[in-house]
Amino acid sequence: MGLKQKLHTLKEKYKGKKMAPAFNALHTFLYLPNETTHGGTHIKAADDLKRTMNTVILALVPCLIFGIFNAGYQHYAALDNTLRAAPLANFFTWDNFWLGCMTVLPLVIVSYVVGLAVEFLFAVIKGHEVEEGYLVTGMLVPLIVPVDIPLWMLAVAVIFGVVIGKEVFGGTGMNILNPALTIRAFLFFAYPTWMSGDKVWVHGAAERAQEIANGANVDAISGETILGSYAQNQEVVYSLSDMFWGFIPGSVGETSKILIILGAAILIFTKIGSWRIIFSTLIGALTMGLIFNGVVNMGWIGESSNFYGLMSVPFWQHLIIGSILFGAVYMATDPVTASQTNKGKWIYGFLIGLISILIRVFNPAYPEGVFLAILLMNVFAPTIDHYVLQGNIKKRMKRLKVKTA
Amino acid sequence: MGLLSKKDSKLIMDPLADNNPITIQVLGICSALAITAQLKPSIVMAISVMFVMGVGNIVISLMRNIIPSKIRIIVQLIVVATLVIIVDQVLKAFAYELSKELSVFIGLIITNCIIMGRFEAFALGNGVWRSFLDGIGNAAGYGVILIIVGFFRELLGSGTLFGFPVLGSPVDKTGLYAIGYENNGFMVLPPMALIVVGIIIWVQRSRNKDLIEEN
Repeated sequence: MGLKQKLHTLKEKYKGKKMAPAFNALHTFLYLPNETTHGGTHIKAADDLKRTMNTVILALVPCLIFGIFNAGYQHYAALDNTLRAAPLANFFTWDNFWLGCMTVLPLVIVSYVVGLAVEFLFAVIKGHEVEEGYLVTGMLVPLIVPVDIPLWMLAVAVIFGVVIGKEVFGGTGMNILNPALTIRAFLFFAYPTWMSGDKVWVHGAAERAQEIANGANVDAISGETILGSYAQNQEVVYSLSDMFWGFIPGSVGETSKILIILGAAILIFTKIGSWRIIFSTLIGALTMGLIFNGVVNMGWIGESSNFYGLMSVPFWQHLIIGSILFGAVYMATDPVTASQTNKGKWIYGFLIGLISILIRVFNPAYPEGVFLAILLMNVFAPTIDHYVLQGNIKKRMKRLKVKTA
Repeated sequence: MGLLSKKDSKLIMDPLADNNPITIQVLGICSALAITAQLKPSIVMAISVMFVMGVGNIVISLMRNIIPSKIRIIVQLIVVATLVIIVDQVLKAFAYELSKELSVFIGLIITNCIIMGRFEAFALGNGVWRSFLDGIGNAAGYGVILIIVGFFRELLGSGTLFGFPVLGSPVDKTGLYAIGYENNGFMVLPPMALIVVGIIIWVQRSRNKDLIEEN
């Protein structure tokens, strides 16, 4: 008897029992369900929720693998600065991969195990089927946190994010806020020392700082992100190509711009991510960058100002530092929390870009504002849709009146 | 219940559970968010509101037949304001540090919707004893939620209760902190108070399905 048959008999056995959703979930996750619709004509589309989710995960895998290598690379490069001279040669090494696996994979495992446990629990309590929603969230979460975040914090945040961000609203498809970003926001506000600063982005930096504080005679590991350096008006040590290829410290999956663009291409080609949102977000970010450049060029702001460093960044460079690209491609396009109308998507994305750069430049307490901007616009998305719809209705009413008059 | 008749004890018990001013009527949320970061101010606030509501309800109930209905809101305001000033002055005299901590929120008891709501809805139409019980009951319902929220926020946000470190010291890394535990900074921020109140509402309604509104 094959595994599929076994799962099927288990499913039959537990039908109507409390644990049924849990078995059903395993069954549908691994195989196509046996149930078919009867009677009537049905159009069968290949892209069910499960396949949609899997495509997004597929688009995320390059970022994850790069993140694994980068976790190792940043650690060794921080110990031995000469490695940075030839990043490509020193990047894809077994040492990097091994260290990256040891630090990044636990994040992935904790994220999935805790998140799915909460999903199963709620499915059993509420008696509905386990929803696929967490598959993507669970992959996004490890990519948007610093590599050294303690695992128990991640677990607490995942429980909070799934319960408060999603389940209280009624589960997948009903949530107002992006669950992955809810988790990040929780971490950011609950444990700010582990989510910002120059000690968390490189594996071992916080530990090393502790050792030094205890009197050990070793060099400090510094892992300031580019945004952090700009915010403190320090010189940025990374070259533009480093930023583009991703050989920089940052959250696990956000650093490599080229791979995020690859992911964007997959999402746009399979029509899962909305190109309107992606592009309008980037346009919004560029617009804000241009405005700030303009302010600097007009000489309205002195070099002594706290904001001078970030305001004078050439506008297009905003796209390759920080996480605006990752946010635009994987977060803003979440079909549940984004605007649904085409015109609404343009407005929604544009404002995300605009606000992201605004927060990035003006709020020194938040070194990166992308997650806040997206959460804010998540809240406004239904309002935007409402006005777009009403505007359309009005326009058509007018046309109707002209015709009939 | 020897002391109170069944009807009277309902006045006290109802607001504590199924007709709680915060979780069911969703009134008085503002102060519940502002001062519950620690347990001590929550309790002081609960006692202050209990005093204002108990005495206020008595006064309004005594005057209920002579207050012209057109200006009753102004009269109610004057009564609350007087009582709040008494509370404020007493706190300033005997617990200055605490009154500093509670700052404007003692003064803002005046605007607490629960108080005006009970004056309007109950004290204007009921006798003195019953009004007093109603005031105490509602203030207790308010206070219970404040104390629950304050308990969790102080325990998880600062690792202390009444300022006493129950989880160990985060500076010396003792107790829970020795194994890597850290305080949850989010708990100290007002948004988390709203979420905690929301969770209490959620738990209460899922235990008692009658409380769930239609639609």
